[in-house]
Amino acid sequence: MEFGPIWRAMTRNKIGAILIALQIAVTMAIMVNAISIMQEKSRMMNRVSGLDEHNMFTIQTVGFADDFNERVTTEEDMAALRAIPGVVGAFQTNSMPLSGSGWGMGLQLEPGEEIDGTGVGMYFVDEHALSTYGVNLIAGENFSTTDVVWREPATTSWPGKTIITLAMAEALFPDDAMSALGKTVYIDDTQPMTVTGIIEKMQGSWPSWDGFERVMLVPSRLLWKDSDYIIRTEPGMRDELMPQVEELLAERNKGRIVRRMRSMDEIRERAYRSESAMIKILTFTIVLLIAVTSLGIVGLASFSVNRRTKQIGTRRALGATRVAILRYFMTENFIISLLGVILGAALTIGLNILMIETFSLTRIAWYLVPVAMLIMLGIGQAAVFGPARRASSVPPAVATRTV
Amino acid sequence: MFSYYLKLGLLSIRRNPLMSALMIAAIAVGIGACMSILTVNYAMSGNPIPQKSEQLFYVQLDSWDPNSPNDDGSFDPPDQMTYTDATALMKADKAYRQIASFKGSLVLEPQGDDERPFSVLSRNTWADFFPMFDLQFLHGSGWDDAADYNIERVVVLSKETNERVFGGENSVGRSVRLVGMDFQVVGVLDEFHPAPKFYDVTNGAFNDPEDLYIPFNVGIEYEMPRAGNTNCWKSIDGDGFEAFLRSECAFIQFWAELIDETEKQEYMDFLNAYAEQQKLLGRFPRPLNNRLNNVMEWMEEEEVVDEDARVMLGLSLLFLLVCLLNTIGLLLAKFLGKSQDISLRRALGASRATLFVQHLIESGLIGLGGGILGLGLAWLGLRGIEVLFGEYVENLVGMDWVMVLTAIGLAILSALLAGLYPTWRACNITPAEQLKIQ
Repeated sequence: MEFGPIWRAMTRNKIGAILIALQIAVTMAIMVNAISIMQEKSRMMNRVSGLDEHNMFTIQTVGFADDFNERVTTEEDMAALRAIPGVVGAFQTNSMPLSGSGWGMGLQLEPGEEIDGTGVGMYFVDEHALSTYGVNLIAGENFSTTDVVWREPATTSWPGKTIITLAMAEALFPDDAMSALGKTVYIDDTQPMTVTGIIEKMQGSWPSWDGFERVMLVPSRLLWKDSDYIIRTEPGMRDELMPQVEELLAERNKGRIVRRMRSMDEIRERAYRSESAMIKILTFTIVLLIAVTSLGIVGLASFSVNRRTKQIGTRRALGATRVAILRYFMTENFIISLLGVILGAALTIGLNILMIETFSLTRIAWYLVPVAMLIMLGIGQAAVFGPARRASSVPPAVATRTV
Repeated sequence: MFSYYLKLGLLSIRRNPLMSALMIAAIAVGIGACMSILTVNYAMSGNPIPQKSEQLFYVQLDSWDPNSPNDDGSFDPPDQMTYTDATALMKADKAYRQIASFKGSLVLEPQGDDERPFSVLSRNTWADFFPMFDLQFLHGSGWDDAADYNIERVVVLSKETNERVFGGENSVGRSVRLVGMDFQVVGVLDEFHPAPKFYDVTNGAFNDPEDLYIPFNVGIEYEMPRAGNTNCWKSIDGDGFEAFLRSECAFIQFWAELIDETEKQEYMDFLNAYAEQQKLLGRFPRPLNNRLNNVMEWMEEEEVVDEDARVMLGLSLLFLLVCLLNTIGLLLAKFLGKSQDISLRRALGASRATLFVQHLIESGLIGLGGGILGLGLAWLGLRGIEVLFGEYVENLVGMDWVMVLTAIGLAILSALLAGLYPTWRACNITPAEQLKIQ
């Protein structure tokens, strides 16, 4: 191979080579860090909610009339909703998982104000909740009708039973999560509750909270003016039933308004909107970046081919084959790109360290660096191929002509 | 001479159309990416009330849990205030102006049988809210202090709400029905869309302002529905609304207007004295840690500029760097390709300085082209961000003239910087050597 001559030729035009190498290095640093951010965002979005998401929706009811009766309204609404053909389940609650609004509590193993409880997302539910959410109860039993109490606004006492998620059980009993069943935990510092069931998986209201999968269900119907209804339908029936339900609720009681009817799919889309937007923007950025860098390589290589037309002709006249010429330019680019990706690996890691220190980002996966190095080398070779092929087609006769 | 160089520059750009297009495109893409992200950051970090942001202070009292840190692991004071403390500070009246406020969610019943009731967001606050934050009125004015103390059911509507309910007419003196009670309209606001919504960042720094404003005491007296974040560290002692008001639950934002450093110091002393006095009553179990932050300090403290936006800004600046490296390489190639031209002009008497200026002007022209095209791309980028993020960024994707000038300035500056080295190289070509070859 002709590494020697190529290297010596390059040192004559150092700056050009350095510029390309730098460009490749910075491109790689941005690309790898952007991909790492995208991986983190999609890991976040891909967590399983445990709910039958595609067949659920929620609607909010807000009573305002003087004679608005919370209890009668809730009872009649639930009876009416559950009677609709195609509705699998319906219940009243304080808010919907992933919706961004909710109620957080702390649970602790011993009573006492000085003890720091484990944070948990809390939902008020009735005995229809488990089947409506579609969650999987792996231990214990569902609430019975008699467990569910009516809850006044601004009440501070809690029912005696709760169902928690496995993630919450693990946080409370790290040694043996399943042993949580039947144990007594304390809410509001001092009030005992017995864990009567464990759910395999369910998510709370705030996706960016580290206690997102720690959830507790409390058997209460709400005597509040505003509450949320969650409705699950037979597969495929949701879109058909949503307007029906809205109409039914709006017509049944003029002393309230119904609003914010949203499918679980829409709630998920809203919950992760900024994550999915970020992924799209970063993907677009990477594509643009690679386009700019490869066009730059093409431009510079074409220019250098044009400038060296005469020398190429001379080499051809002296017996160099077309393949040798092609190989010359490809090798030249390979050396430059190699320098670029080595520098790029260092820059990538440096940028990552800086980002971890400045922002709450995680470390890049180790394999991204070598993979990106190979990709950048490939992009360099692909970009230079066109100009190099043009160089190889310079006829030997050029050498005999004066410019 | 300048116009002659301009002409030469344009000619040179036209001679290598592909290469010039590549350079302009590279700068445009870099500027477009940078400017769209920068615009969002600029809007997020904007000063929503520049004329008096130094005199408005967000008040934090540390009434919190001695045993456990906040959710973020710090022992900072809570970002909102309890009812007990907010009313005590209002009563003490130690600042030039002060207001406590919280967010509510109400149902508004329009008159007329066909109109359907709809839900509105309310801000429950004090008379001084309006003069303190320099709010402008289309009709009428805010309520007076008497309305606060006499618990009068008065309301100030936002411009949008007035349009929805009264078709934009002067509604002062008319009445609005809220959660089953009549409220008298005393004022209608002009446009009011502060970004960030500095007076309540806890409930979303870029949310829309509330639909209407009612006296704080009215909201409390009639137990009107609250919305927004409520945080309690201690269990509530007893049932009902009274018990909630007495509890250690924080849901109120408190602002004080303090004219100068002396007043600020005096107010701080007052807050600390208040905290000491509360300690005697068995409250405020943590060490003394009360805070006064002015508007921009508070925005910084609450990190209203989204982390993702800052990450994107960093990446987009690096992106611009790649585009500039690209342009330097291409300009270098191009200028060196003109060696013979340059040598000829030197031989005919053009000085190095002349050639330097000429080539810088050519670089500047490329920058200008890139800047203008980049502005277009930035606009497209912002529309893209708007589509992707939805209503959340509504107030953040507008480009003002500062941003337009920044874009063009940044593009020209970048191109000039990129052109420096190639220009310098071009001017150092030895004419004799080049002319000999010919």
